[in-house]
Amino acid sequence: MATVTTAIKAEARDLNFFYSNGARALKGISMPLYENKITALIGPSGCGKSTFLRCFNRMHDLYPGNKYQGEIVMHPDNTNVLDSGVDPIEVRMRISMVFQKPNPFPKSIYENVAYGLRVRGENNKRIMDDKVEEALKGAALWNEVKDRLHDLAFNLSGGQQQRLCIARALATDPEIMLFDEPTSALDPIATANIEELMVELRSKLTILVVTHNMQQAARVSDYTAYMYLGELIEYDDTDKIFTNPGRKETEDYITGKFG
Amino acid sequence: MATQAMQAPVQLTISPRLAKNIRRNVKERIIELILMMAALVAVATTFAIVGVLLYESLSFFKTVSVIEFFTDTQWTPLFEDAHYGIMPLVSGTLTTSAIALAVAVPIGTISAIFLSEFASHKTREIIKPILELLVGVPTVVFGYFALFFVTPLLQSIYPDLPSFNMLGAGIVMGIMIIPYIASMSEDAMRAVPMSMREGSYAMGATRFQTAIKVVTPAAISGIVAAYILAISRAVGETMVVAIAAGQQPNLTFNPLDSAATITAYIVQVAMGDLPHGSIGYQSIFAAGLVLMAMTLSFNIFGHWVRKKYRESY
Repeated sequence: MATVTTAIKAEARDLNFFYSNGARALKGISMPLYENKITALIGPSGCGKSTFLRCFNRMHDLYPGNKYQGEIVMHPDNTNVLDSGVDPIEVRMRISMVFQKPNPFPKSIYENVAYGLRVRGENNKRIMDDKVEEALKGAALWNEVKDRLHDLAFNLSGGQQQRLCIARALATDPEIMLFDEPTSALDPIATANIEELMVELRSKLTILVVTHNMQQAARVSDYTAYMYLGELIEYDDTDKIFTNPGRKETEDYITGKFG
Repeated sequence: MATQAMQAPVQLTISPRLAKNIRRNVKERIIELILMMAALVAVATTFAIVGVLLYESLSFFKTVSVIEFFTDTQWTPLFEDAHYGIMPLVSGTLTTSAIALAVAVPIGTISAIFLSEFASHKTREIIKPILELLVGVPTVVFGYFALFFVTPLLQSIYPDLPSFNMLGAGIVMGIMIIPYIASMSEDAMRAVPMSMREGSYAMGATRFQTAIKVVTPAAISGIVAAYILAISRAVGETMVVAIAAGQQPNLTFNPLDSAATITAYIVQVAMGDLPHGSIGYQSIFAAGLVLMAMTLSFNIFGHWVRKKYRESY
């Protein structure tokens, strides 16, 4: 197999997830995330792909009654991020997230990017300035905002706001970045910018992206997982999934017969 | 063929269904008029109040000069030796209101943060109605609470405290306006979209950091609106200060003194039997005008602060 040459950054092992109403949203999911690769999650609405993504940074902890079962292990340190003894805040410091709709804070552009650093107790202005600049450059936003770093972030366009959210997530040097349908609220040009950015970021970190858009999965990802009704139907190289899927259900979905 | 049809003169006829609309339109207009008149009642009342205040004050200022009104340090319109300096009443009003705000703003804001960001659904459902119940307590009860409970309590700390004092009245007034601040601020904070909180948590922020650094700034305009309402309530509050702060106009900002507020003076004089048109009668309108000017300027100030805060984030 070609995949053995790259290291596994994280893997889900027999992961089940239950919402507080008892609904079982994920059914025994096991799959790897390869380091410095982009893994895409596709599937029809309600298939559990966002639920799965949000397990990685323990977002479900914010709502009482949700229950995880199984493991998500991060390498090389073998930490199970779902372990109740692991602080979700520590997990979120290593695994950052970009949301479906741009959600900048009601602060300046600078303060938005500096947020993660401030939360970690960083107060040194020089370090902060450097990190903010680096993150904004990393998110391909620096040239557009360098002269108005102290403007309110809400004054940016939707695509710029989303890149700001990526810069915010980048500033703290995470190991994994989660994207939850990052372009669904954006126009085609902004979408192309974000996709290009994701491919660039791959050299720095590992990416897991949920997308509704199969072309997007095909364009940007290295591996693709197809989920349906909380189950992982098929996981493979993106090329293989889109040209020669192993399962009939996958083929039906990607050819548009269903979903 | 199609172009020919378009060039042909089009005959316009009003269909019977459209014709009926005339009756419907009249009905619509009448309804619109009724709705507008309902809205006008409030506006007209406000203008009428301002008009009466201005008119009666004008007669007052024919007798008393504006300079005397603002510079004289005594307010004794009903005495033989009459003085008409509003400042003692203004100082009483400002001092009691400041004490009230010093109590209500921190407690109210912290309660709002707790209720919105920390309390479980169950806790909130229990605490919020109780807090809002405070609004329903008659202010006269708060007045006696200040006079017979809070002041004796304060006197056990400061034995020299007079029975009527601004501190006790101000503290109780503060307790009285906590629910306004807490409830309105909480509404503003809960209206902050969950996605913003999730963004903060996803950055590794704690609950407290999220509440202070993201939710509060996002809700700031609602929180400031709550403060403005609270200030207006405090400045305009009558019963508590009339009962517990004493009714001697006294130019002082010392909370341990007794003093009268504008409202306390108005209620005191309005309840006596003053001849219509006398200078004493007119003085309550002048005092009322000052009160309204104060409330208005606080509102304008609050509006300005809200705008300024918004821009600096």
